[in-house]
Amino acid sequence: MASKDDPKQARIDSYIDQNLKKVFSELEQDRMPSEIVDLLSVLRAQDEELKTKK
Amino acid sequence: MSDMDPKDELVTHLPALRAFALSLTRNRSTADDMMQDTVLKAWSNMDKFQVGTNMRAWLFTILRNNYYSSRRKLNREVADVDNVFSDTLSVKPDHDGRLQMMDFRDAFEKLADEHREALILVGASGFSYDDAAEMCGVATGTMKSRVNRARAKLTELLQLNDDEVLELTDPATMAVVGSPNLPS
Repeated sequence: MASKDDPKQARIDSYIDQNLKKVFSELEQDRMPSEIVDLLSVLRAQDEELKTKK
Repeated sequence: MSDMDPKDELVTHLPALRAFALSLTRNRSTADDMMQDTVLKAWSNMDKFQVGTNMRAWLFTILRNNYYSSRRKLNREVADVDNVFSDTLSVKPDHDGRLQMMDFRDAFEKLADEHREALILVGASGFSYDDAAEMCGVATGTMKSRVNRARAKLTELLQLNDDEVLELTDPATMAVVGSPNLPS
């Protein structure tokens, strides 16, 4: 990328990446929806049931 | 990670998968649907996952394929957007830096899907251009071009070529802006 030769562009790219990481990090901390937690419980229970049937 | 049961490993990737889903769809309801579908598909096809390869990349690929496939089925060119980014604001906009963070979110939300996706994969998630290209089913050069165009678009939307803008974002400000632990 041109940023290696252009300090201003490098600064802009760095600014964008830092903000991107912050936005993504905040989204990662969003509460996991209960539907997903419930789905995992069902899937794990199904796996256990299959194990006991074998 | 390699000694971990793949199904246990899957759970460790869920926060990142959800962040990717929210970034891609910009809609909580759609993101949750995509997440459920992805978890279900990944769980039931875990035997196809090659241990030792990148599970996060595998999960992200399933999710993005689901998303674009459902968009095609619904014949929707324009997604329903519900301000996912501004809803996750952890701080109120009473500071220049925080205002900038809002501007950044707004601008990011306006990017085209393929540009937003490219920036999230390469800029935020740390995937290599090669990996991101493979996940999106495009050539590495195409991925590089998408990232560059996305950066250029953000630069334009945020007027980052104006020197004053970046000066507001000194390291001390950046350490505070967007901190998820700050009270609202």
